[in-house]
Amino acid sequence: MSRRPYVREVSKTRWYFRHPRYLRYMSREITCIFIGAFALLLLCALGRLADGQSAYESFVAALQGPWGIFGLLVVLIFAVHNATSWFNVTPKALPVQIGEEFLPGKFIVAAHYAVWIVVSLAILFFAGAM
Amino acid sequence: MAKSNKPIVWSLFAAGGTLAAFLAPVLVLLFLLAAIGHAPSLMQYSQLHAFAAHWFGKLFLFAVIALFLWHAAHRLRVTLHDFGLRQDAAVAVIVYLIAAAGTLVSMLYLLQI
Repeated sequence: MSRRPYVREVSKTRWYFRHPRYLRYMSREITCIFIGAFALLLLCALGRLADGQSAYESFVAALQGPWGIFGLLVVLIFAVHNATSWFNVTPKALPVQIGEEFLPGKFIVAAHYAVWIVVSLAILFFAGAM
Repeated sequence: MAKSNKPIVWSLFAAGGTLAAFLAPVLVLLFLLAAIGHAPSLMQYSQLHAFAAHWFGKLFLFAVIALFLWHAAHRLRVTLHDFGLRQDAAVAVIVYLIAAAGTLVSMLYLLQI
Protein backbone atom coordinates (compact mmCIF):
# COMPACT_ATOMS: atom_id res chain seq x y z
CA MET A 1 0.00 0.00 0.00
CA SER A 2 1.16 3.48 -0.79
CA ARG A 3 2.09 5.57 2.21
CA ARG A 4 1.42 8.72 0.30
CA PRO A 5 -2.28 9.10 -0.46
CA TYR A 6 -3.18 10.07 -3.99
CA VAL A 7 -4.37 13.66 -4.09
CA ARG A 8 -6.06 14.62 -7.32
CA GLU A 9 -5.02 18.09 -8.44
CA VAL A 10 -8.13 20.14 -9.26
CA SER A 11 -7.78 23.80 -10.11
CA LYS A 12 -10.04 26.03 -8.00
CA THR A 13 -10.43 28.56 -10.80
CA ARG A 14 -10.49 26.44 -13.97
CA TRP A 15 -12.10 23.14 -12.87
CA TYR A 16 -15.17 23.61 -15.11
CA PHE A 17 -13.10 23.14 -18.28
CA ARG A 18 -12.64 19.46 -17.37
CA HIS A 19 -16.04 18.32 -18.62
CA PRO A 20 -18.73 19.80 -20.94
CA ARG A 21 -21.29 19.13 -18.20
CA TYR A 22 -19.43 21.51 -15.87
CA LEU A 23 -19.31 24.14 -18.61
CA ARG A 24 -23.07 23.84 -19.11
CA TYR A 25 -23.50 24.29 -15.33
CA MET A 26 -21.33 27.41 -15.38
CA SER A 27 -23.17 28.80 -18.42
CA ARG A 28 -26.39 28.61 -16.36
CA GLU A 29 -24.79 30.17 -13.29
CA ILE A 30 -23.28 33.18 -15.10
CA THR A 31 -26.70 34.22 -16.42
CA CYS A 32 -27.03 35.93 -13.02
CA ILE A 33 -24.40 38.52 -14.04
CA PHE A 34 -26.61 39.62 -16.92
CA ILE A 35 -29.90 39.46 -14.98
CA GLY A 36 -28.24 41.60 -12.28
CA ALA A 37 -26.85 44.04 -14.85
CA PHE A 38 -30.29 44.36 -16.44
CA ALA A 39 -31.88 44.98 -13.03
CA LEU A 40 -29.38 47.84 -12.49
CA LEU A 41 -30.20 49.18 -15.98
CA LEU A 42 -33.92 49.12 -15.06
CA LEU A 43 -33.08 50.95 -11.84
CA CYS A 44 -31.20 53.64 -13.84
CA ALA A 45 -34.12 53.93 -16.26
CA LEU A 46 -36.51 54.35 -13.32
CA GLY A 47 -34.27 57.04 -11.81
CA ARG A 48 -34.10 59.00 -15.08
CA LEU A 49 -37.88 58.56 -15.48
CA ALA A 50 -38.35 60.13 -12.04
CA ASP A 51 -35.99 63.00 -13.06
CA GLY A 52 -38.23 64.07 -15.92
CA GLN A 53 -38.67 63.87 -19.68
CA SER A 54 -35.31 65.24 -20.86
CA ALA A 55 -33.34 63.04 -18.44
CA TYR A 56 -35.27 59.96 -19.54
CA GLU A 57 -34.95 60.71 -23.25
CA SER A 58 -31.19 61.25 -23.02
CA PHE A 59 -30.96 57.92 -21.16
CA VAL A 60 -32.76 56.12 -24.01
CA ALA A 61 -30.60 57.98 -26.57
CA ALA A 62 -27.47 56.72 -24.75
CA LEU A 63 -28.60 53.13 -25.42
CA GLN A 64 -28.87 53.82 -29.15
CA GLY A 65 -25.30 53.09 -30.16
CA PRO A 66 -23.52 49.96 -31.36
CA TRP A 67 -22.35 49.19 -27.80
CA GLY A 68 -25.81 49.60 -26.33
CA ILE A 69 -27.31 47.32 -28.98
CA PHE A 70 -24.50 44.75 -28.59
CA GLY A 71 -24.79 44.80 -24.79
CA LEU A 72 -28.57 44.36 -24.83
CA LEU A 73 -28.24 41.54 -27.38
CA VAL A 74 -25.82 39.69 -25.07
CA VAL A 75 -28.17 40.28 -22.10
CA LEU A 76 -31.07 38.95 -24.20
CA ILE A 77 -29.16 35.74 -25.04
CA PHE A 78 -28.35 35.09 -21.37
CA ALA A 79 -31.90 35.99 -20.28
CA VAL A 80 -33.27 33.40 -22.72
CA HIS A 81 -30.68 30.88 -21.47
CA ASN A 82 -31.79 31.52 -17.89
CA ALA A 83 -35.43 31.02 -18.93
CA THR A 84 -34.90 27.76 -20.83
CA SER A 85 -32.56 26.25 -18.22
CA TRP A 86 -34.96 27.32 -15.44
CA PHE A 87 -38.01 25.78 -17.15
CA ASN A 88 -36.16 22.59 -18.11
CA VAL A 89 -35.62 21.66 -14.44
CA THR A 90 -39.18 22.47 -13.31
CA PRO A 91 -40.20 18.75 -13.22
CA LYS A 92 -37.52 18.29 -10.52
CA ALA A 93 -38.61 21.37 -8.56
CA LEU A 94 -42.38 20.98 -8.99
CA PRO A 95 -43.25 17.30 -9.50
CA VAL A 96 -47.00 16.80 -10.05
CA GLN A 97 -48.42 13.59 -8.59
CA ILE A 98 -51.75 12.19 -9.82
CA GLY A 99 -52.78 9.23 -7.67
CA GLU A 100 -49.84 6.83 -7.61
CA GLU A 101 -48.28 8.19 -10.80
CA PHE A 102 -46.21 11.28 -11.49
CA LEU A 103 -47.16 13.50 -14.42
CA PRO A 104 -44.42 13.06 -17.09
CA GLY A 105 -41.89 15.90 -16.84
CA LYS A 106 -42.34 16.96 -20.46
CA PHE A 107 -45.88 18.19 -19.71
CA ILE A 108 -44.67 20.36 -16.82
CA VAL A 109 -41.89 21.83 -19.00
CA ALA A 110 -44.29 22.37 -21.92
CA ALA A 111 -46.79 24.16 -19.64
CA HIS A 112 -44.05 26.56 -18.49
CA TYR A 113 -42.97 27.26 -22.09
CA ALA A 114 -46.61 27.88 -23.07
CA VAL A 115 -47.14 30.36 -20.22
CA TRP A 116 -43.79 32.01 -21.05
CA ILE A 117 -44.85 32.56 -24.70
CA VAL A 118 -48.32 33.85 -23.75
CA VAL A 119 -46.92 36.25 -21.11
CA SER A 120 -44.22 37.53 -23.51
CA LEU A 121 -46.73 38.13 -26.33
CA ALA A 122 -49.16 39.82 -23.89
CA ILE A 123 -46.43 42.20 -22.69
CA LEU A 124 -45.32 42.98 -26.27
CA PHE A 125 -48.97 43.72 -27.12
CA PHE A 126 -49.48 45.85 -23.98
CA ALA A 127 -46.25 47.76 -24.73
CA GLY A 128 -47.49 48.55 -28.25
CA ALA A 129 -44.68 46.61 -29.93
CA MET A 130 -47.12 44.56 -32.00
CA MET B 1 -31.73 24.12 15.53
CA ALA B 2 -29.09 26.46 14.20
CA LYS B 3 -30.39 29.80 13.06
CA SER B 4 -29.82 30.46 9.39
CA ASN B 5 -30.87 33.14 6.93
CA LYS B 6 -30.54 30.67 4.07
CA PRO B 7 -34.28 29.98 3.54
CA ILE B 8 -34.96 33.72 3.16
CA VAL B 9 -32.29 34.44 0.57
CA TRP B 10 -32.96 31.13 -1.18
CA SER B 11 -36.68 31.88 -1.54
CA LEU B 12 -35.83 35.34 -2.92
CA PHE B 13 -33.40 33.64 -5.32
CA ALA B 14 -36.04 31.16 -6.49
CA ALA B 15 -38.80 33.76 -6.79
CA GLY B 16 -36.46 36.09 -8.68
CA GLY B 17 -35.28 33.30 -10.99
CA THR B 18 -38.83 32.32 -11.84
CA LEU B 19 -39.87 35.93 -12.45
CA ALA B 20 -36.71 36.49 -14.56
CA ALA B 21 -37.40 33.32 -16.57
CA PHE B 22 -40.88 34.54 -17.49
CA LEU B 23 -40.21 38.29 -17.85
CA ALA B 24 -36.53 39.11 -18.44
CA PRO B 25 -36.33 38.11 -22.14
CA VAL B 26 -39.35 40.18 -23.18
CA LEU B 27 -38.33 43.18 -21.03
CA VAL B 28 -34.80 43.12 -22.51
CA LEU B 29 -36.43 42.93 -25.95
CA LEU B 30 -38.37 46.17 -25.22
CA PHE B 31 -35.08 47.93 -24.41
CA LEU B 32 -33.42 46.41 -27.49
CA LEU B 33 -36.26 47.69 -29.71
CA ALA B 34 -35.76 51.16 -28.19
CA ALA B 35 -32.00 50.88 -28.79
CA ILE B 36 -32.44 50.13 -32.50
CA GLY B 37 -34.81 53.10 -32.85
CA HIS B 38 -38.10 51.16 -32.85
CA ALA B 39 -39.17 52.08 -29.32
CA PRO B 40 -42.59 50.59 -28.53
CA SER B 41 -45.09 53.18 -27.32
CA LEU B 42 -44.75 52.07 -23.67
CA MET B 43 -41.08 53.11 -23.77
CA GLN B 44 -42.09 56.73 -24.57
CA TYR B 45 -41.71 59.03 -21.57
CA SER B 46 -45.40 59.94 -21.15
CA GLN B 47 -46.67 56.34 -21.30
CA LEU B 48 -43.95 54.85 -19.11
CA HIS B 49 -44.41 57.66 -16.58
CA ALA B 50 -48.16 57.01 -16.50
CA PHE B 51 -47.48 53.27 -16.05
CA ALA B 52 -45.06 53.92 -13.15
CA ALA B 53 -47.52 56.38 -11.59
CA HIS B 54 -50.25 53.71 -11.35
CA TRP B 55 -50.15 51.47 -8.25
CA PHE B 56 -50.05 48.32 -10.38
CA GLY B 57 -47.13 49.66 -12.43
CA LYS B 58 -45.28 50.56 -9.23
CA LEU B 59 -45.85 47.08 -7.82
CA PHE B 60 -44.73 45.43 -11.08
CA LEU B 61 -41.56 47.53 -11.42
CA PHE B 62 -40.67 47.10 -7.74
CA ALA B 63 -41.16 43.30 -7.87
CA VAL B 64 -39.12 43.00 -11.08
CA ILE B 65 -36.19 45.15 -9.96
CA ALA B 66 -36.00 43.87 -6.37
CA LEU B 67 -36.43 40.17 -7.14
CA PHE B 68 -34.05 40.26 -10.15
CA LEU B 69 -31.46 41.89 -7.87
CA TRP B 70 -31.87 39.34 -5.05
CA HIS B 71 -31.83 36.47 -7.54
CA ALA B 72 -28.62 37.75 -9.14
CA ALA B 73 -27.00 38.51 -5.75
CA HIS B 74 -27.53 35.02 -4.34
CA ARG B 75 -26.49 33.23 -7.53
CA LEU B 76 -23.44 35.50 -7.91
CA ARG B 77 -22.38 34.58 -4.36
CA VAL B 78 -22.41 30.86 -5.27
CA THR B 79 -20.85 31.49 -8.70
CA LEU B 80 -17.93 33.48 -7.26
CA HIS B 81 -17.21 30.48 -5.02
CA ASP B 82 -17.27 28.27 -8.13
CA PHE B 83 -14.78 30.61 -9.82
CA GLY B 84 -12.38 30.04 -6.91
CA LEU B 85 -13.11 33.05 -4.70
CA ARG B 86 -13.35 31.54 -1.21
CA GLN B 87 -14.09 34.64 0.92
CA ASP B 88 -17.77 33.71 1.18
CA ALA B 89 -18.62 35.85 4.22
CA ALA B 90 -17.27 39.03 2.60
CA VAL B 91 -18.83 38.17 -0.79
CA ALA B 92 -22.21 37.54 0.88
CA VAL B 93 -22.15 40.90 2.68
CA ILE B 94 -21.24 42.78 -0.52
CA VAL B 95 -23.76 41.16 -2.89
CA TYR B 96 -26.66 41.28 -0.41
CA LEU B 97 -25.85 44.91 0.49
CA ILE B 98 -25.99 45.85 -3.22
CA ALA B 99 -29.33 44.04 -3.58
CA ALA B 100 -30.72 45.71 -0.44
CA ALA B 101 -29.52 49.14 -1.58
CA GLY B 102 -31.05 48.61 -5.04
CA THR B 103 -34.34 47.55 -3.44
CA LEU B 104 -34.40 50.69 -1.31
CA VAL B 105 -33.43 53.02 -4.18
CA SER B 106 -36.10 51.53 -6.47
CA MET B 107 -38.67 52.23 -3.75
CA LEU B 108 -37.49 55.85 -3.41
CA TYR B 109 -37.60 56.39 -7.20
CA LEU B 110 -41.11 54.91 -7.42
CA LEU B 111 -42.31 57.19 -4.62
CA GLN B 112 -41.00 60.22 -6.58
CA ILE B 113 -43.10 59.32 -9.64
